[in-house]
Amino acid sequence: MFKVKTSRLIRGALLLVILQVALLPGIAQAVAVDPPLDDSALEARAQALFLDLRCLVCQNQSISDSNADLARDLRTIVRERVVAGDTDEEARTFLVDRYGDWVLLQPPLKFTTWLLWFGPLLLLALAAWLGLGVYRRRGRREEKVESLSAEERNQLKSLLNDADDG
Amino acid sequence: MSFRHLVPFILFVVVVVSLGVGLTLKPKEIPSALINLPVPDFQLPPLEGKTNGLASDNLRTGSVQVVNVFASWCLPCRDEHPFLMQLAKSGRATVNGINYKDKPEKVAKWLAEVGDPFARIGADLEGRVSIDWGVYGVPETFIVDGAGRIRMKYLGPLDNSDRTTAFLECLDTIARGGDQCSK
Repeated sequence: MFKVKTSRLIRGALLLVILQVALLPGIAQAVAVDPPLDDSALEARAQALFLDLRCLVCQNQSISDSNADLARDLRTIVRERVVAGDTDEEARTFLVDRYGDWVLLQPPLKFTTWLLWFGPLLLLALAAWLGLGVYRRRGRREEKVESLSAEERNQLKSLLNDADDG
Repeated sequence: MSFRHLVPFILFVVVVVSLGVGLTLKPKEIPSALINLPVPDFQLPPLEGKTNGLASDNLRTGSVQVVNVFASWCLPCRDEHPFLMQLAKSGRATVNGINYKDKPEKVAKWLAEVGDPFARIGADLEGRVSIDWGVYGVPETFIVDGAGRIRMKYLGPLDNSDRTTAFLECLDTIARGGDQCSK
């Protein structure tokens, strides 16, 4: 009886831990909260823009996720731009003018980023081409199995006959 | 040995070389978007107790200008300070400062302690003008030509490294009236 109770307790505790871990991202995001705009539609646009913009200090975080001082300043700027009537594109351009394409988490498609965008496809094509080559060569090798010469056929026949006689 | 047998070896060399090049890249050093563009429009008040603030007009003087973004709370700034003192003394360029998010009394005390190489200092209390300059950390140092165009941005403390040598070379190139620096 007692044993059952402890295992239930352990199971409950485990569940709590799992829940807590699952909720962690929510907690992490809550750290970077600053006063939102009064207009909820504008705030939603600003929030969406935060996700597109790189925190330059921490590099692989968006300014939405980062607690860095600069990220907070950039969030303030984005909110200001949105309130001032900028389109999303204009607000992004405002920061690109200052920090370059680096500030965008999704690099724009242009000549210098061509390899970045299409490199993986190129590699895939190369792999497919090489694979196809190997496959074809193997097929050809199988076809090349030569038929027996007349002499060999006679030899085989006599061998088989011998076996029958024996 | 036929060419086909060399293919794996060649692929191996290609991979090793590209990984090796990857190791030398410094993704933390973000190139400036402002190279060869005019300095941003700005006007910063002087530090408390000083008279010379910094504005874009002060950077279109016909002679080469250095703009150093610094703060008293930034340790690498302390490291590079002797370099700036020496640079100002050498007369190779006018050295200006943008004081980034600092407390007036702290920066006054700091400059009194380590010396003041700056012809002008603008107090960027909010850090907003520094964002217009594309600053994302201190210290950062810009070379501005006589016409007020940014010609180079140097990240981190100026020291005795090859990068600093390149910085000084750029300074001299611009001072001679050249308009391109290698980096």
